[in-house]
Order: sequence, then structure tokens, then C-alpha cells
Amino acid sequence: MSTATTYRTCPRSGLQFESQAEKLMLANAVAAVVFLLIGGLLAIGVVLTRWPSIHWLEADTFYKVLTAHGIDMLIFWIIFFEIAVLYFCSSTLLRCRLATPKIAWTAFALMVIGAVMNNVAVYQGGSSVMMTSYVPMMAAPHFYLGLILFAVGALIACFVFLGTLVVAKAEKTYQGSVPLVTFGAITATIIAVFTIVSGAIILVPTFLLSIGVIDKVDPLVYRTIWWAFGHSSQQINVSAHISIWYAVAAIAFGARPMSERVSRGAFLLYILFLQLASAHHLLADPGLSTEWKVVNTSYFMYFAVLASMIHGLTVPGAMEVAQRQKGYNKGLFEWLRKAPWGTPTFSGVFISIIGFGFLGGISGVMMGTEQLNMIIHNTIYVPGHFHATVVIGTTLSFMALTYFLIPVLFKREMIAPTLAKWQPYLFGLSMYGFCLVMMGAGTLGVSRRHWDMAFQGSALAYEWPGAAYMMMGLVGVMGIAAIAGGAIYIYVTVGSLLWGKKLDQGQVSSTPTPVPATAPAAAVQTYGSSGMVAPGSFVLAIIFLVAFVLYYFINWKYLSQLWGLS
Amino acid sequence: MSAISPPAERLWWKHPIDRVEGMWIGIAFVWSMVMFFMMVYWHMYGGQNLSTETYKTTPEQFTVKAQAMVDQYTVRTEVDGQYPVVAPPVGSDVYMIARLWNFWPILQLEKGQTYRLHLTSLDYNHGFSLQPANINIQIVPGYEHVVTVTPNQSGTYSVVCNEYCGIGHHTMVGRIYVK
Ligand code: HEM
Ligand SMILES: [Cu+2]
Ligand SMILES: [Cu+2]
Repeated sequence: MSTATTYRTCPRSGLQFESQAEKLMLANAVAAVVFLLIGGLLAIGVVLTRWPSIHWLEADTFYKVLTAHGIDMLIFWIIFFEIAVLYFCSSTLLRCRLATPKIAWTAFALMVIGAVMNNVAVYQGGSSVMMTSYVPMMAAPHFYLGLILFAVGALIACFVFLGTLVVAKAEKTYQGSVPLVTFGAITATIIAVFTIVSGAIILVPTFLLSIGVIDKVDPLVYRTIWWAFGHSSQQINVSAHISIWYAVAAIAFGARPMSERVSRGAFLLYILFLQLASAHHLLADPGLSTEWKVVNTSYFMYFAVLASMIHGLTVPGAMEVAQRQKGYNKGLFEWLRKAPWGTPTFSGVFISIIGFGFLGGISGVMMGTEQLNMIIHNTIYVPGHFHATVVIGTTLSFMALTYFLIPVLFKREMIAPTLAKWQPYLFGLSMYGFCLVMMGAGTLGVSRRHWDMAFQGSALAYEWPGAAYMMMGLVGVMGIAAIAGGAIYIYVTVGSLLWGKKLDQGQVSSTPTPVPATAPAAAVQTYGSSGMVAPGSFVLAIIFLVAFVLYYFINWKYLSQLWGLS
Repeated sequence: MSAISPPAERLWWKHPIDRVEGMWIGIAFVWSMVMFFMMVYWHMYGGQNLSTETYKTTPEQFTVKAQAMVDQYTVRTEVDGQYPVVAPPVGSDVYMIARLWNFWPILQLEKGQTYRLHLTSLDYNHGFSLQPANINIQIVPGYEHVVTVTPNQSGTYSVVCNEYCGIGHHTMVGRIYVK
């Protein structure tokens, strides 16, 4: 053994934590929650300004706050948490030491410095360029520098993760293949490396532009490469939260994937095709060919969508199979009715799966269709869609996982368990409503990133229909409810960490106990030809498909009534 | 024994696929193909496809062309003479400038007629969001995008800027009349 470290076996979960990895997970998770808190406070400003009858902040403050909200949430909260997840999926699940803990701490420090620097730049003013920071609109140099430092830190952390996999293999802490959840995390990491490199290719020149070293970055080239970074980063989230879904299915039910081959194959499709999706954001742009748009926006014939639809079946399917083995066999849905709805780890994940699929997935494919994009591009439909993906999908999954980690990783008893029990419902369901009304307002044309839908001070002001005002009012109401749900999460998490009863940390040893080899379960042989092991999930999937097909063609119908365009 | 442990069966890639999964993969695959070919189909038979005709341009070049159109076809002005209302001939090239923070000039088109609408920005990115029709097109500086449009209803249309372009973004609204 090359480094002196210790391994703790958690008495509550049986998971084994290496001490360096454990501290790093904790640090990254805490940093994540701090940015969620900041982003959540900023959300109050965003929502109360977009609520037409309140219209709280001044225009310049609003744009500043919106820029910071987008970056703090989408980049800092999510990526800090993801780094913690990566360390968990390598060191903890494979029961090995973390490779190069010092370098991992350096990565963490870079990320913190970068995130703080970027926030400072935004609050100082003069950098209200939104997270997309499209040139030629320029922010202050430290806005870009902060992002670059953060990205470098995240990239280093990805390599620490990969290095840890090598350690586990070399020190033979597990046999056979890595667990599915780790496999998903590897997918996320591969996409992350591609993403961060794209980010560097475009943000470094833009930083140089901001300090006057170079004198032009082409706006269309910027948009194209920026989105190779911006969209792929969302695929990291998708891979990460789907891994968490599988993990929670395993934790809550002892579920194993229905078929490793199918689930891993679906992750593989992500690696192969997800990078193409930057085209989604450029469908309404000049200068790019139709062929390029059609091939890329569909991830080359929708193979990544196919992968997501597969996970959408196999995650609940895995839960269903596990529940049925426990005897919940009545009808199509007894397995679901008898699920632990009072455990926030489970309810959070389930609300996340349904919301991500029905709201985020269907709307995302609709708006990513080349021609249909014209009816939603840059409307508030777009934030409606991505709050369903990154908030209901990713954020809520992370919250659900946190509830599991409080006793296991934080070694604290959860404070306010009743509040925690209701939190996924309040946060998740109000987010469902929030996303739906944003999509509704967007269908009526209301713009995103827009301070005043009444166009005060414009000579040619447009009058939105009353329904649009009503929807934006509801955006405010639902948004505030969701913020309250987010506040409960932060209260429970931080409160447990600070004041929760300390729990037994379990046996500590100086050597890792390898993952025991598992004998093939009986079910392994019986799967397959027996057929239809998860009929309830299949029915859910068919309901999903029907909703998808209907919504898709309704939008074509809507498109066909517009001005002729060619 | 679960998704967080190594697969029990070493040869997991030989795992049989359950019928639920097999059927669903088949259905999802067919649906993916339908969606893919729908885009191709609409290019052949649909009436709303975004043109990709694009030229590099500069603010000077584009302004000269737009000014020439305004000089020739202005029928009246609005807002104390700030906005010429231009009624260009049917089928012609028409120009709309996006800049901080207005769309210039106002166009007056005829219903059922086709025009080649040239769009560019003189400064930042802007958005062409035609309301209430709800057609949204990105406007990128340095690029002249030529979109062939055929209005199908008469009325007063607004062009709302829906790409954030600075503090005056919310005042950036233009107009198109369709007779
Ligand atoms: C807790 C409740 C939340 C509320 C009420 C909320 C509200 C909003 C609203 C109304 C907008 C659109 C403003 C506009 O375009 O004019 C927005 C933008 C955004 N939100 Fe949230 N949000 C919340 C949580 C989150 C979370 C958790 C994330 C990410 C994980 C997130 C990421 C973003 C991003 C990336 C934008 C786009 C910013 C931009 O256009 O540059 N939000 N939010
Ligand atoms: Cu504008
Ligand atoms: Cu604007």
C-alpha cells in the first residue's frame, strides 16, 4: 500500500469510505449546497421580477441577478455535487483509496477560487452577459478567468476519478466489471472531458479578447463552440443523475438492472452521440446548413433519445422487479403503491424520473426538432424545458441522494425528518407546475431573459395577450413555492450537518476490505425468456409514448399554420 | 448484487434481454426514426423551413442596402418621423436592421406574397421574434440571413427582440404591417 490512509465501514449502509475521499466528498458537497443557496436566493429576485404584477428589481439588477442565478445553479451547484458523486462512484463503490488526494484538493481549491471570482465579477456589474456570454457583448476579464479556473479544477477532478479507477483495478479491490452506477459515472466523465475541452477552446480566446490580446472572436463560431460546451455539459448531468437513479433503486429496493447489457448499452449510446447535440441551440441561426442541423440535432437519428427512453423504462423496471420479488405482485401497480413514498430518497427520485421524462424529455425533443424550434427559440419555453431537466431531473435527484448521505457520509441523524419527507413533493410538484406555465407562456411567445413584458419606454410596444400575463403570474406563484421547497432542503442538509445527532462512524481499518464476489442471483438465469417481468413499467412507458406522440404532432400542426418560410 | 455492486455474472454482456426491454427498444427505435424522417419530410413537403441562405456582411454594407430600400419605397413615417414605413414591391429583397435597441425600418408587406427578408445585427446578437405569429429567428452580427417569408394573414405584427442585448433589451420592438 503506497499511502497511509484509513477505511471506515458505515454501519448503516455497509459502504466503505476511505478517509481522504470522504473528506473530499464532504467538501465538494458542502460547496455545492452553498452555491445552491446563493442561486436560490437569486431565484427570488428573478421570479419576483418576472411576475408581472410585482416586477420587483430594476433592469440592471435583474440582468445581473439572472446571470449569477444561471451560472451558480447550472455550473457551480451541479458540478461541485457531481465531483462528490464521482468520488463516491469510484472510491466508495469500488472500496479503494482515492488516487492523488493532494491533487484532488488542488482541483477543489481551483474550483472554489474560480467560482468566487466569477461571482465577484458578476456582482461588480459590467458582466451581466448571461451564462452564455455571447460575443461581441463582453464581460470583465475575471468573469472568464473565473470560469476557466473552475473548469480546469473540474477537469483535474475528472482525472482523479479516472486515476482512482486505475487504483481499484491495480489493487484488485473488486472483481469483474465495475458496477453499473460507476459505469454511468464513467460515461459522465468522458463527456465531461470533451465538454471542458470545448469550453477551453472558446473561453480562452474570449478571455484574451477581454484583455485586448486578440481583437475578434467571430460571433457565430463562438455560438457553435460555446454550445459544444454548453449542451454537452447537460449530458454530464443526465448521465450523472441517471446513475443516481440506478443507485437509489439499488439502495431503496436492492434492485439490480433488469439487464446489464441493455443499461450499459444505453450509456454507451450517450458517449457516442451526445456531443452532437450542440446543434439544438443553433437551429434558428444563420449560416449553418440544413443537413448539419438535422443530423446533429437528432444526435444522428435520435440515438441518444433512444438511450434515454431505454433508461426511462429500465430504472422503474428494476424497481418493479425487485418489488415483485418481495411479493408485491398484485396487478400492474402494487409494486409502485407499496413503494416507500415516505422516504425522501425514493420519492425524490421517482418524482424526478417522471418529471424529467414527461416534462423535460418530451419538450426537449420537440424543441430540438429543426423546424419546430422556430416556434420556441429564445422564448420562456426554453427555461421551462430546462428547469424540468436540470431542476426536476438533476437537482431533485441530487437532493434525494443527499438524504441518503446525511447518515451515511455526514454521520449525522437527519433533523426535521417530517419536513424532509414532504420536501420532494413540495419542490418537485411545484417545479412541475412552474415548468408547465413557463412552457405555456413560451408557446404564446413570451421572451426569456426579458425584464419587462410591458415594454416600458418602447415606441412600438407590443401587447401580450392576457393569458400570457396570467401564465407569468403563475410562474411567480409556482416559483416561490419551489424556492420554499429548496429552502427546506438546505435547512435539513445544513442543519443536520451542524446540529444533527452524531452517529456511530463504524469500524475503521487501515486496509480496504475488497468488494465480495457475488454469486449470480437466481433471477439472473430466469430473466429473459420468462418475459414481461415488469409489466407495470411497460404500461408507464406506453403512456409516456402516447403523450410524446400527441404533443409532437400537435406542434407540427401549430407550425403548419404559420407564415410560409423557405 | 445490485446496480452499485459489480455485476454478479461476469459475462454480463451475454445476459438475455427481457421481453419488456426488447419490445420497448423496438418501439423507441421506430419512434426515433419517425421523428428523424419527419424533419426530412417537412423539408420536402412542408411550408415552414428556415432558410440557410447567409452572407458575411458588415454594418456599412448592410446599412447602404437598407437605406436604398427606404429611400425608394417609404410610404409614410411613424413615431415622429423616426420610423419610415416601407412598402417594397412584391417578391423583392427587403431589409430589416437590428441594433441597440430597435428594428429599422417598419415594413409593410402584402398578404399571400413572398419576400426575401434580409436580417442582420449591427452590434450584438439580437432575436427576431414575430408576434403574435410566434416565429423566432436568431440574428447574429456579421451575418446576413436571407429568409423567404410569405405572410398568410393580414394585421399588425410586432418584432420583439428575444435575445438579451443589454439594458435596453426590453424596449427593442419593431413592426411589420401585412395588408
Ligand atoms: C428553486 C427554484 C428556481 C426558480 C424559481 C427559478 C427561476 C428561474 C426563472 C424564472 C428563470 C428565467 C428568467 C428569464 O429567462 O427571464 C430562470 C433561469 C435559469 N435558471 Fe432557474 N430557477 C430555480 C432553480 C434553478 C436551478 C436549481 C437551476 C439549475 C440547476 C436553475 C438554472 C437556471 C438557468 C441556467 C437559467 C437561465 C439563465 C439564463 O437565461 O442565462 N434554476 N430561473
Ligand atoms: Cu436586441
Ligand atoms: Cu434584445
